Amino acid sequence: MLLVGTGGQGQITLLQILSEAALIEEKEIKTSELHGLSQRGGSVEVHIRFGKEIYSPLISQGKADLVLGLEMQEALRAYPLASPKTTFLVNRQIVPIPLVKNLTEEEVLKNLKKISKNVILVPASEICKKELGKEVVAGIYLISLAAFKKLIPIKPASILKAVKKIIPSRYLKLNIDSFNLAAKLS
Amino acid sequence: MLLNKPGKKIILLGNEAIVRGALEAGVQFVSTYPGTPASDIGDTFFRIGKSAGVYFEYSTNEKVALEAGVGASFSGLKTLVAMKDFGLNVCLDALGPFVYTGSKGPTVIIVADDPSCHSSAQWEEGTRAISYLTHIPTLEPADPQECKEFTKLAFQISERFKIPVMIRTTTRVAHQRAPVRISNIEYRISNKGRFVKDPRRFVTLPPRVMEMKKELLEKIEKIQTFSEHSKINQINRFPKSISGTGIITSGIGYLYVKEALKDLNLNLPVLKLGFFYPLPEKKIKDFISRAPRQRGEARDESKALSDQKLKKVLIVEELEPYLEKEVERLAKEANCKLKITGKELISEVGELKPEIITLAIAKFANCKLKIENSLKIRNWKLKIPKRFPQLCPGCPYWFVFSAIKKAVDPEKVVFGGDIGCYMLFGLPPLKIQDFLSCMGSSLGIAHGVKKATDQKLITFIGDGTFFHAGIPALINTIYNKSNPLIIILDNGTTAMTGHQPHPGAPATPNGIRIENVVKGCGVKNLRVIDPINQKEFVAAVKEFLNKKEVSVIIARRPCVQIKR
Ligand SMILES: Cc1ncc(C[n+]2csc(CCOP(=O)(O)OP(=O)(O)O)c2C)c(N)n1
Repeated sequence: MLLVGTGGQGQITLLQILSEAALIEEKEIKTSELHGLSQRGGSVEVHIRFGKEIYSPLISQGKADLVLGLEMQEALRAYPLASPKTTFLVNRQIVPIPLVKNLTEEEVLKNLKKISKNVILVPASEICKKELGKEVVAGIYLISLAAFKKLIPIKPASILKAVKKIIPSRYLKLNIDSFNLAAKLS
Repeated sequence: MLLNKPGKKIILLGNEAIVRGALEAGVQFVSTYPGTPASDIGDTFFRIGKSAGVYFEYSTNEKVALEAGVGASFSGLKTLVAMKDFGLNVCLDALGPFVYTGSKGPTVIIVADDPSCHSSAQWEEGTRAISYLTHIPTLEPADPQECKEFTKLAFQISERFKIPVMIRTTTRVAHQRAPVRISNIEYRISNKGRFVKDPRRFVTLPPRVMEMKKELLEKIEKIQTFSEHSKINQINRFPKSISGTGIITSGIGYLYVKEALKDLNLNLPVLKLGFFYPLPEKKIKDFISRAPRQRGEARDESKALSDQKLKKVLIVEELEPYLEKEVERLAKEANCKLKITGKELISEVGELKPEIITLAIAKFANCKLKIENSLKIRNWKLKIPKRFPQLCPGCPYWFVFSAIKKAVDPEKVVFGGDIGCYMLFGLPPLKIQDFLSCMGSSLGIAHGVKKATDQKLITFIGDGTFFHAGIPALINTIYNKSNPLIIILDNGTTAMTGHQPHPGAPATPNGIRIENVVKGCGVKNLRVIDPINQKEFVAAVKEFLNKKEVSVIIARRPCVQIKR
């Protein structure tokens, strides 16, 4: 699974939650992430591999089963790792890149569909803002949704357990609410 | 991190696994200078050091960090020093003699390379060259479990042979997360050592120093014998295989090789080297001169005739071809007909990736690679606008930038850049950076440009970088009389690498004020300005650009990310 977005969308926390959830289920997992310069608002791509006999922390070209996009243009940018078998689960959100012509939602969607038939566009940021007052938990919402829709080999209950372990107590309720919202709407 | 349940698995980042390994080995003294992809090692000790009873410090730069470690080791403490690749260059002057004197308290040095320069503006460094240069024993782990085990092993080697040992990781090892099986943490009762005088051992003065070199090479020979028998250099048993074809690899390359062999459904013999220096030469010779045979089949020496030797070997290594050259040398003695392939198929530029290795192995072993539909997509040239890293909204550097734009015509001024968040001045939309090199260099280069030309010049340096390597260069501009305008960006933290404290940070109780250092060096044109006061800032820039002596503006406004 490839998790993509822009710097500061909380990819590393999501990665920690997914890793912890895999550990709870005694599943093998390996991930790869980048720190430093690349986290300063640029494109961020983290790799997560679940399964038996995993060696490489990086996904090979064309081998991503799921691309989870926290931002639409970044989801499209992941195309070299995708194939017609890839599912795209994408937040319906464009974080504008300053001073250049950005792609529109329609352009991104049209191109994603050229890659794969399995494109699921979810207004996660919008839903989280409307229901919980906070966009930041859109990521938790989406990984929970991925678990409920069985797009990742992790049970929703394990995600919830991992959230409780990883998220600091003052933000915990908000994150659990976001998980529950995904449960309701999935 | 401090969980003491031997046998349990916990998720660790490669860097955290190194910390865990050091704790399990009973480390007492840790010093570091931050730098991605090594920063998490220091940051973890910063968080847990006290409760783990370990002395920890962020030193002013890597050279000082290593020297502190040398002192602790000479005093008998178990010591760990961590840094990124460029840091090893900064402390190289101290490393050479330390390998000669050897360690007293076991000492491990962690150095993290960043192939593909994900977080390194400067150059794509492969520090393995320094293993040869200094003769420091070097291990290369591939995953978090190995990060932990190799760290413990490195302490053992250091203890046994009285020599510092280096562990070299790369971004994809240091920032790889996986479950790691933990063991007991060994808590030390005290961190107090004792310096016992022993000048024969600790003083590298000629003529003794030449004896020391001899003694070092003798040590390395013994460590090589150790390496020959070490389990971290492993040969996957020779399978029934495409006859006479093998692979030698190390570090992250090994993981991609295993992945590729699985994908291609190939079963080739693989030699994985955990030691980079000294290499287990006999083991390598044995590997390349052995005929492929079936599992369990007894080795028939008479069969080891040249026609049954390995016919070709692929060297899978990242960056420069050190292993390849070594294997070429060893093959001359062990198997002169061996065909050795490496950089021919695997580029010396950029990090390895699984698909690169799969393709290389497929070519090398002449097997067909299923070309998937996705390849068509890959070749499909899509125009997605580039998302460059950005200064954060509200970053104090935006105000500095805006004042500069108001004060001067950027076309008529040369702009020096240095290492930190402000190197983003070089990217759009800002684009005021005409040279950029290594930490502290903006001042040194600025001086050279000013001496060589009559052009106006403004150069930027962060507060962290000023303490790290800027001060000697500032002194040089004064001593050798040049007049750049130096703007010290004082945001109170080492922001780029994760907000580590530094000697001038306001939160540091014994903090050193930058203006006192600058004044103390004799700079007269000095102003401390909050860049939000644009008028004052613009006026100072205009005034100082016309001065005959060096001028300094300290732009002081805290990083927006620091919580106060
Ligand atoms: C020799 C060396 N050590 C460490 C690093 C890693 N590094 C990159 S940026 C940086 C921080 C610079 O801090 P500062 O000058 O205060 O600038 P800021 O990021 O706060 O703007 C460091 C330590 C490096 N590039 N080179």
